[in-house]
Amino acid sequence: MVADETRNLRASLRRAERRRTLRGLGLTLPLILFTLVFFIVPIAGMLVKSVQNGPMPDILPQTSALLQPWRASAERGVPDEAVFAAFAGELRTASQERTLPELATRLNFENAGYRSLLMATARRLPEAPTGTWRETLTGINPQWGEVAIWAALGRASTRVTDNYLLAALDHRRDDNDRIQATDPSRAVYVASLLRTLEISGIVTLLCLLLAYPLAYRLATLPESTANLLMILVLLPFWTSLLVRTASWLVILQREGPLNDALRWLGLISQPLELVFNRPGVIIAMTHVLLPFMVLPIYSVMKGIPPNYMRAATSLGAPFFTAFRRVYFPLSLPGVTAGCLLVFILAIGYYITPLLIGGANDQMVSSLISFLALQTLNWGLAAALGTVLLVITVALYFVYSRVVGTDGVKLG
Amino acid sequence: MAARIRGIVLWSVSIAVLAFLVLPLLVIVPISFSSASFLSLPIPGVSLRWYETLLTSPVWGRAMLNSLIVGAIATSIAVTLGTLAAIGLHRNEFRGKSLLMGVLISPMIVPIVIVALGSYFFYAPLGLASSLFGLGLAHAALGAPFVLITVSATLTGFDPNLARAASSLGASPITVFRRVTLPVIAPGVISGALFAFVTSFDEVVVALFLTGPLQRTLPRQMFDGIRENISPTILAAATLLIVFAVVLLLTAELLRRRSQRLRGIS
Repeated sequence: MVADETRNLRASLRRAERRRTLRGLGLTLPLILFTLVFFIVPIAGMLVKSVQNGPMPDILPQTSALLQPWRASAERGVPDEAVFAAFAGELRTASQERTLPELATRLNFENAGYRSLLMATARRLPEAPTGTWRETLTGINPQWGEVAIWAALGRASTRVTDNYLLAALDHRRDDNDRIQATDPSRAVYVASLLRTLEISGIVTLLCLLLAYPLAYRLATLPESTANLLMILVLLPFWTSLLVRTASWLVILQREGPLNDALRWLGLISQPLELVFNRPGVIIAMTHVLLPFMVLPIYSVMKGIPPNYMRAATSLGAPFFTAFRRVYFPLSLPGVTAGCLLVFILAIGYYITPLLIGGANDQMVSSLISFLALQTLNWGLAAALGTVLLVITVALYFVYSRVVGTDGVKLG
Repeated sequence: MAARIRGIVLWSVSIAVLAFLVLPLLVIVPISFSSASFLSLPIPGVSLRWYETLLTSPVWGRAMLNSLIVGAIATSIAVTLGTLAAIGLHRNEFRGKSLLMGVLISPMIVPIVIVALGSYFFYAPLGLASSLFGLGLAHAALGAPFVLITVSATLTGFDPNLARAASSLGASPITVFRRVTLPVIAPGVISGALFAFVTSFDEVVVALFLTGPLQRTLPRQMFDGIRENISPTILAAATLLIVFAVVLLLTAELLRRRSQRLRGIS
């Protein structure tokens, strides 16, 4: 009897709890849906673009189908006459239906000469072959008798491809579809990823070196003074990124205030070159990201009771020993949070390096936007974006494990 | 003695770092009042000509208006959805909550160029590319996590008995929200709104991908200006934006203090 009532009570309590959870989720649902539609789905779309091949299976369906068994063969020669005939027929159709330029653009990503090869061949294509179609096509351009163009068509003939992801990692498939490193003279993407990581690492380290003593000073001051000085830390945080970038451009230029001051102090005789190169990028990025390092370290340090240091020193430990053995370990969670946050934000940086850096200081983000907006190679832009996203998500995962997602604080 | 030296060193380092944070912003203010067109100190004479150029230019006026429209769209969506979600998630423990939080916060972390690229592909077929509304939607997704975080923070001090007392006295859930919950969390909502607005008002990368010449926003206008030829007009705009930032910062700071007082924390 009593057991029954307990069970009933427990069940109804659980029901009430579940109702409350569901009601809470109901209130959260609009944000979940909005984030899904306007944030997650676009990013998922980018991931899909990075493996989506292009229009060839739709424009040249028969050729695409016929090329599959050819691609599967171990050692390839030039495809047989059936492929040539199907290709010639579909090339004319594509030319008449004006879908050819789309295909030519896709093939041009394989080799910069293939657009004109395709367009010129379509213009000179006769109604009927003179001899075989193979002879006709090689007569128009001898390249049709080589394996390279057919291998390129083969790579473009599927719906899903790893070409872009491979290219983003400076690899490619050769004429036999074996994965090979890209020619060093054209391998730029891994270098740009490494450069991004290197710049981010240096900036994170500099931010830590500058933020730690400042956070320590603020944390050991009376609350009201600390709050007042904190406003100075937060001011750049609230100021437009472009304003800060413009300021640094003005300050670092040859005739700018910094060079003037250094010359006036007699430290240099020639003005230093500080814009459109690496030091400028690092200085400006450190300035932009510094508040993100100060805030987490400060909030952790504020929670460290001052008694611990007093106890250690009263027991005879010299200040630096006490600091190293007691205070520093306690402040480490803030240091980890700050470093991860600054590093994650740094690897996605784009505007500051673009405006202050030179050609050799560009981050991977600006390469992505260049590929998407200037060369219109969306597949490659998406693939490079995918690589950057994977790195960021991995770091974010570490961050949420170490710090927790509730730990993101805003001043 | 050693402690004094340590104190002096620590103060000097701290002041140097604070100077590094703030001085770069102040350098451009006097140059924006220069009567000359070169960008260096000292200025040869004081004039308001760059402000006149800025404020009478239809291009800058249009950009300013566009930015305000986009910011208003983004902020109103972000504040509504973010506040509701913060209330729904408060004191609500369930499996997968940290994963959900991780996803909802992720717009703050994902590199902006990826958001821009994804939106660029996603919006074009929907006809939302090259529209202020589309840009506002993208910015709302970026700003909502800020609202979620600031409102959640004010809710941690919120005594749920207040809401229970109100409903036991017969108030409907909507009345409870309007008369009891909202006044307590208002500072969090407003500072979240400020964050969301600034996020949109300062955002240039998504704007570069999604806007045409007619939807040019203020940051985009500044970006093009800095890129082509940085002129004192841009520094005048920058100075106004610094003043704007100071106002926002002080508002946010006052709200934070008021919220702490309301919740009895400090």
